[in-house]
Amino acid sequence: MSEEKVSGGEVDASRRKFLTAATAATGAVGAAFTLVPFIASWKPSERARALGAPLEIDISKLEPGQMITQSWRKQPVYVVRRTPEAVAKLAAVEPSLKDPKSEASVQPDYARNETRSLKPEVLVLYAACTHLGCLPKQYFTVADPAMGADWPGGFFCPCHGSRFDLAGRVFNGSPASLNLGVPPHKFESDSMLVIGIDAAEGAA
Amino acid sequence: MAASTDTGNDTAAKSGFRAWLNKRLPVDEFVESQLTGYYAPKNFNLWYFFGALALVVFVIQILSGIFLTMHYKPSELLAFDSVEYIMREVEWGWLIRYMHSTGASFFFIVVYAHMFRAMMYGSYRAPRELLWILGMLLYLALMAEAFMGYVLPWGNMSYWGAQVIVNLFGTIPVIGPAIVEWIRGDYGIADSTLNRFFALHVIAVPFAIAFLILLHLVALRQTGSNNPDGIEIKAKLGANGKPVDGIPFHPYYTVKDTVGLGVFLIFFCGVIFFVPTFGGLFLEKPNFEPANELSTPEHIAPVWYFTAFYAMLRAVPDQQMGALLMLLAIVVLFFLPWLDRSPVKSIRYKGILSKIALGLFVVSFVVLSYLGLQPADGLYVILARIFTAIYFAYFILMPWYTSIEKCEPAPERVSFHA
Repeated sequence: MSEEKVSGGEVDASRRKFLTAATAATGAVGAAFTLVPFIASWKPSERARALGAPLEIDISKLEPGQMITQSWRKQPVYVVRRTPEAVAKLAAVEPSLKDPKSEASVQPDYARNETRSLKPEVLVLYAACTHLGCLPKQYFTVADPAMGADWPGGFFCPCHGSRFDLAGRVFNGSPASLNLGVPPHKFESDSMLVIGIDAAEGAA
Repeated sequence: MAASTDTGNDTAAKSGFRAWLNKRLPVDEFVESQLTGYYAPKNFNLWYFFGALALVVFVIQILSGIFLTMHYKPSELLAFDSVEYIMREVEWGWLIRYMHSTGASFFFIVVYAHMFRAMMYGSYRAPRELLWILGMLLYLALMAEAFMGYVLPWGNMSYWGAQVIVNLFGTIPVIGPAIVEWIRGDYGIADSTLNRFFALHVIAVPFAIAFLILLHLVALRQTGSNNPDGIEIKAKLGANGKPVDGIPFHPYYTVKDTVGLGVFLIFFCGVIFFVPTFGGLFLEKPNFEPANELSTPEHIAPVWYFTAFYAMLRAVPDQQMGALLMLLAIVVLFFLPWLDRSPVKSIRYKGILSKIALGLFVVSFVVLSYLGLQPADGLYVILARIFTAIYFAYFILMPWYTSIEKCEPAPERVSFHA
């Protein structure tokens, strides 16, 4: 075949170049589309998504000053019932916080307030440290000996030493830059908390 | 190309099976061009064992790994138990598993020694820049391989280590969180993550490593080895067209490397048999507990070979900058060939500034590795910042100190004492 062409006259190099480029480009587009299913196969599967449905938690037995840990979507969630004294003290620590107004931090709008919560005393947080995802431990005692005399109570991450107050707000000098996240949540009743859904926007 | 003509004649003179074989598969030609006819500098010292040893450890890892996959189950529910099953119930399973876990640490010991050798003798300098870059890519692939392998036993440190490292991708602006979810395949480190890390650890990355080793060796054959004097032996050719300061790789260096291998195996087996966890350095204590998504180990630290970079990550009080700095600490190594402006390659003939700088670099890497194992508070963080600065100063100041210092002239011929 090629012999015929050559014997028939000169090869039109520019046409050949164009055809080569067009073929290569078409092939590249095809290859790119072929990548889609392989890349998409890494996304959470239908089963993983179904298991990530909202989670109901009965908090009627949660006493002031207590915390429970629940797992939603593989992420531990802290639910704390703060004492009225602890809530009253939140404003006092603001000068030593990185993001006291939670402007850069991630939370639903209804938790972007002074207590970072729907109800002042009930705090709902993603437990994952915003630094690298370890679980900050609870140090709720004011002036806990392990944390120093000026410790107002809060959370301490054992991995890299980030410190958070009782609204999950990060203290200056911590490797984490953002406050602990707040998952979408709402109250079905006074005692029934639902994680993963909020009153206005529906399921996350 | 006198060599290939010789081979041709040899083949013609041979008879029987060998001639039959060589007509179909160029075995003799390959041995001639790659081993008996490949001339390496005659002045190699003990630092030159580590390249060959790295290849040996790679083979050990592949072989022991194949046998581990015959009993291991890459599932959230079964992984931890299947590793304990290998340790307690599979005949000789403990040995195969300890070979593999000790092999991982020895891979890094050998690779770090190999890289340090290159830094000492300027083996990254022209014309070996690409050889160095291929080696760095191998180092990156090895880090990925080691990290994913560490997740597979699904101990609590596996789990939380995976959490920390995967979340590093979350610091990428805008697309970070989506990438993290894509890597995990779930809303947390989950069965899907373990399963895909298994696939990558067992198939994808080893393939990539094998291919990169091939390229690394082909590039080495193209430029020839550097040597402790950092001069080009190809500049002085003898009557046979071979370097006068070179000797055939086989039998000279194959025999020498075999001795090195023997010494290496004494240490390797010593660890396997007597201190397989190496006091928590090679296999960390929290990893003997199953993964628990609700409980972070008291103190998270990666295995020793990553702790220098981990110390840098924690030295920065901002996660995005910390992750970036850690990335830069590795990326900067790629640029080494262009940062070094010295007229000589080897540390033997470089000036006092280069010698001090290299010494400080080694000290900073060792100290950072130690600090990465310690808790991140108080003095440790301050020290980590100081030594991170020294680590980077080695590279950033290199164009300056290598160009102003007074070097000794490199010799015409390699220094060799038979």
